[in-house]
Amino acid sequence: MSIFVNKDTKLLVQGITGREGRFHALACREYGTNVVAGVTPGKGGQDVEGIPVFDSVAEAVEKTGADASLVFVPPPFAADAICEAADAGVALVVAITEGIPVLDMMRVKNYLAKKPVRLIGPNCPGIITPGECKAGIMPGFIHKPGGPVGVVSRSGTLTYEVVDQLTKAGLGQTTCIGIGGDPVNGTNFIDCIDAFNKDPDTQALVMVGEIGGNAEEDAAAFIQANVKKPVVGFVAGLTAPPGRRMGHAGAIISGSSGTAQAKVSAMKAAGIHVCENLGELGALCKKVF
Amino acid sequence: MNIHEYQAKELFAGYGVPVPRGVVAFSPDEAFFAAKQLATTPVVVKAQIHAGGRGKAGGVKLAHSPEEARDLAQSMLGAKLVTRQTMPSGKTVHKLLVEEGLPIDRELYFSIIPDRATAKIVIMASTEGGMDIEEVAEKTPEKIVRVSVDPLLGIMPHHCRRAAFALNLPSRAFKPFTKMVSDLYRLFVEKDCSLVEINPLVLTTDERVLALDAKINFDDNALFRHKDIAGLSDPEEEDPLEVEASAHNLNYIKMDGNVGNMVNGAGLAMATMDIIKQAGAEPANFLDVGGGANAETVENGFRIILSDKNVKGILINIFGGILRCDVLASGVVKAAKKVGLNVPVVVRMEGTNVEEGRRILAESGLNLINAKDLTDAAKKVSEIVN
Repeated sequence: MSIFVNKDTKLLVQGITGREGRFHALACREYGTNVVAGVTPGKGGQDVEGIPVFDSVAEAVEKTGADASLVFVPPPFAADAICEAADAGVALVVAITEGIPVLDMMRVKNYLAKKPVRLIGPNCPGIITPGECKAGIMPGFIHKPGGPVGVVSRSGTLTYEVVDQLTKAGLGQTTCIGIGGDPVNGTNFIDCIDAFNKDPDTQALVMVGEIGGNAEEDAAAFIQANVKKPVVGFVAGLTAPPGRRMGHAGAIISGSSGTAQAKVSAMKAAGIHVCENLGELGALCKKVF
Repeated sequence: MNIHEYQAKELFAGYGVPVPRGVVAFSPDEAFFAAKQLATTPVVVKAQIHAGGRGKAGGVKLAHSPEEARDLAQSMLGAKLVTRQTMPSGKTVHKLLVEEGLPIDRELYFSIIPDRATAKIVIMASTEGGMDIEEVAEKTPEKIVRVSVDPLLGIMPHHCRRAAFALNLPSRAFKPFTKMVSDLYRLFVEKDCSLVEINPLVLTTDERVLALDAKINFDDNALFRHKDIAGLSDPEEEDPLEVEASAHNLNYIKMDGNVGNMVNGAGLAMATMDIIKQAGAEPANFLDVGGGANAETVENGFRIILSDKNVKGILINIFGGILRCDVLASGVVKAAKKVGLNVPVVVRMEGTNVEEGRRILAESGLNLINAKDLTDAAKKVSEIVN
């Protein structure tokens, strides 16, 4: 089992004729994902190495039965692309795009709240169920199929680092999700943790947080109240100065809120095994799980 | 992106939000004429820097004559101001805002911020103006009212009324204030702000409501559609290395330590800084070279890190996924030769083609030290600088 994507997922790629979109659409297909369509307005009728391109998401869904969309559309047009996918009825939208205005995402999130769709991201590496479906830009080969660990993270390469250490420690993954580094995102820690908690094959969880906001604190409270499976946590940014945006738009300490120290304390208080040294995360998971 | 108080007040005025009369001064003489022109006793002389906490740090002073305004300007301009929001070294004052003095009855607090978790725009108002709002939130949270606005619906009259009732305004100030809330919301949305804050908002003895202070932050992600706002940035407020880095599309933040570091990805870069500290050294910077790092980005990264004379060693930490380690290693060698590397560099690579990458580094003849994992890398670079 897994969460949100599996071998039956039919993926379409919005922005497939751009450099990034094309590269990653093909990489996803090579990994084994069923990539059924691409969408670029004005380029309908073309194909990308055999993947048919449509003018609209609605048409792509109608012709191919796609039920998930991977978005590579540039920031000024990304909010529109996400809403178009939602209107076309896909169940899952994964937005890779970095740099979408916060206000656009606030509107998108409020709009999607009334629809039966899940948004992952934006500004994220995507989601992968190892051996079944990769809907994202992560390197597939570092993952190990079959579980038992579910991974959820706000970061990209930091997630790869964590997954790589898990795989080298002999721990496979059910699903790995990057929820993105923006202040407003579609799916949050709690959504993923709740789903992992209900997934019988996921027997342990790793959550990777960073400075900014209160999502880690909220997740810790949720875990304490609901999750019996062991959880290992990590928070990046113990040395980050306040008031500075550390790469990710959402990674900023505002006043005294959003510090790594506060997140680590909340996680420890909730019974989460906090990894203090990133170099030892794999070893800690092996010990705890 | 941050702007100065005087710029924020100009934007306020453009949206019909009442602000005190004021003049920007770049020299003592300009401060003198500003005070003369304003013709109130006193006038207020305010240092313009991108940091809060100016009042307590001596950055806001009263002058009771144009001559005094000139003397104050003389002592403030060019001096460093250290507030609780600046680095310990402080910020140099290059300009002043000279404003009319007002007969203040009460000091209030007002702000508009996005709420990350709910994706709503939140209006905050409090009777406890002129104080650190975080302290108010902690000690007397009941004194802050929060009004949540759905960005799809926009601001409505009852939102404004709730804020006005919370501030217990006299009836003559009620209507102008509700209009002000609505105008500020419009500014927040139209200009893609990430913070609009007025602390204090003042009620005068003649029952006017004005923004005595003004702070606006903008969403960097939205600057592409606000060329006018982007033009308000003040290079004198930025670290020159950070300005250069952003010209090369690198995400660089200068810190006080001596271990330079270069990493692909923001989360991994933060974690790398943390692990340097845990190994007993201090990071000199945050530098995310992004997912598509190549020889050119590495070269620019080296140049910027090496411009910081405190740097005694460099740690490169790359998780090669899409980016192959051999390509990166060649880039590092090429860049190191070109910039004339004069400090030891510890390289930790993991991912695609890592063996080939390590071989390229080892055979380069340069002072490039391979690390076997993260812990090893941090230990090695820490030993070098200590």
